Amino acid sequence: MKSLVCVSKTPDTTSKISFTNDQSALDTGNIQFIMNPYDEWYALVRALELQEAQGGSVTLINVGPAANDAIIRKGLAIGAEKAIRIEADPQSALFVAKQIAGHAKAENYDIIFLGKETIDYNGSEVGGMIAELLDLPFISYASHLEMNGNTATIHRDIEGGTEVVEVETPFVVSAAKGLAEQRIPNMRGIMMAKSKPLQVIQQAEAGDLAVAVHFEAPPPKKAVTLVDPENMEELVRLLHEEAKVI
Amino acid sequence: MVLVFAESQKGQFKKSAFEAVTYGAKTAHAIGTECHVLVLGKADDPSSLGTYGAKKIHQVEGAGLEEFDSQVFGTVIAAAAIKLSAEVVILNHSAKGKALIGRLAARLDAGSVAGVNAVPTVENGVFKVKKNVFSGKAIATYQIKSDVKVLSLMGNAIRPEASGSAAPVEKLDVAVPSGRVKVKSVNTVEGTVPLPEAELVVSAGRGMKGPENWGIIEELAGVLGATTACSRPVADSGWRPHHEHVGQTGIAIRPNLYIAIGISGAIQHLAGVNSSKKIVVINKDPEAPFFKAADYGVVGDLFEVVPRLTEALKAFKANH
Ligand SMILES: Cc1cc2nc3c(=O)[nH]c(=O)nc-3n(C[C@H](O)[C@H](O)[C@H](O)COP(=O)(O)OP(=O)(O)OC[C@H]3O[C@@H](n4cnc5c(N)ncnc54)[C@H](O)[C@@H]3O)c2cc1C
Ligand SMILES: Nc1ncnc2c1ncn2[C@@H]1O[C@H](COP(=O)(O)O)[C@@H](O)[C@H]1O
Repeated sequence: MKSLVCVSKTPDTTSKISFTNDQSALDTGNIQFIMNPYDEWYALVRALELQEAQGGSVTLINVGPAANDAIIRKGLAIGAEKAIRIEADPQSALFVAKQIAGHAKAENYDIIFLGKETIDYNGSEVGGMIAELLDLPFISYASHLEMNGNTATIHRDIEGGTEVVEVETPFVVSAAKGLAEQRIPNMRGIMMAKSKPLQVIQQAEAGDLAVAVHFEAPPPKKAVTLVDPENMEELVRLLHEEAKVI
Repeated sequence: MVLVFAESQKGQFKKSAFEAVTYGAKTAHAIGTECHVLVLGKADDPSSLGTYGAKKIHQVEGAGLEEFDSQVFGTVIAAAAIKLSAEVVILNHSAKGKALIGRLAARLDAGSVAGVNAVPTVENGVFKVKKNVFSGKAIATYQIKSDVKVLSLMGNAIRPEASGSAAPVEKLDVAVPSGRVKVKSVNTVEGTVPLPEAELVVSAGRGMKGPENWGIIEELAGVLGATTACSRPVADSGWRPHHEHVGQTGIAIRPNLYIAIGISGAIQHLAGVNSSKKIVVINKDPEAPFFKAADYGVVGDLFEVVPRLTEALKAFKANH
């Protein structure tokens, strides 16, 4: 399989989030950035497993600034053989998708892998966009993927269960938990990653049609009301009369 | 015009469809236009969606619409949006909606925001809409600059409001392409409300000690009419099925009531649940971080507290 794996950068969930003084952007000063877990743990690893089982190649792609190279190198250390970074400071999903589709158009990848969503903005938009721009099938939230020749059997997460589908390559798929087991890069991988090709290409012309312009903290939560563990009638009363949820 | 894609399953509309139509009607009001609804495939009583504020229902039928293929649905919804000159297309932020939003935005070359939780505002022609970002640690306001906009609505973000009357249903003539994705089977748990749609959720973690102890959780959920959930280690150890796992790596939910039992409240867990309207935490450790995110807390041994709560609820239900 010739696979392309789209990887993105996201703040670690444990990061303290703050904004620039005018509240128009994230203050990146104190943030620890990581590779989006769905991209790293599931999408990339499943692509590598397919390559190990039946040959082919795994290419990483990221749309972002040079600061993202550390994350891309991690993906190379986990096992991808080469990477592409499209130089840009992306503001919207459609911008990212247009860049990736522009690259992928001429490459005839069998499978384009993504994470189901990024854990910062939870968009789950880029995959469908790439599929639409390339006129390909798109299977979202895949928790299991088996290849048999050119036919993939995929389980995708739906409300309260799974749906099993079949599709032929080429297609676009987004990875959810279960698709593979996380791999930790070893020393050899980290050393090898340093000399693997990371090609930087210029962005194509594309606008941003939807942009986050303002950020605010959620309204402060009022302190917890503690209820005597012996008196659950009181909790029921509060849930009914005060919270009005039962 | 605002066009809402109303999802149906086996011809039935779910609560999320009523939420989307209600949201569509409010959005239409905000931009000074009408709300119409698009129904794909056979559905029972589409005209009833008018009660949630839709002025007209457009129905497309075709062989390819019985099973879900994002390419087929995306093509049809986009064609309908163009044919009807929709300014805003609204989806649910559901399994289908997440597969569709990107496709529609790309096909219509529209600005899109996924997982919105408030009605858009329009001031001096500037269209803005909000969503939660960074695991609920912030609220972002998006500006959409394109003429056509695509939004997906977070579950439980607004309450369905039935106030209007039935709306006329018209057949819409849009070609249904053939799909390339074959659905082999759909495996869902019957009889319970799926987690993303549940208003009441009872969730338990490692404090339960083992899967054999879940009887008290199921009994509590049963009395409440709640759906059960769990923390990640619980799903990873196979104590509970994978689809119950909530949090950053599981599903994100925002029920009206989330009862967390024997869950410490790690940030990755909170990421999936802290948009819940009310949170009750039952934990024997008064220092458990979850209490900081809770509305109501009970410091005590869950094996004593949970059965007591179940009894209190039974008594309450008997009188209400
Ligand atoms: C990248 C990443 C992603 C993650 N994603 C998720 C995710 O999506 N969802 C998720 O849940 N976790 C996730 N985690 C794991 C998370 O960090 C925590 O480890 C996990 O949530 C802890 O589960 P728990 O609260 O059930 O168990 P514990 O942390 O072990 O907590 C058990 C709690 O039960 C209480 N308890 C014990 N006995 C009793 C008793 N008899 N009565 C009352 N209380 C009792 C204890 O006081 C304790 O607070 C993720 C971690 C990482 C690193
Ligand atoms: N800047 C980017 N570069 C490459 N891939 C990306 C980028 N942003 C998002 N993706 C991919 O798209 C997936 C879904 O992202 P999103 O639609 O933003 O939630 C991610 O898991 C990545 O696989």
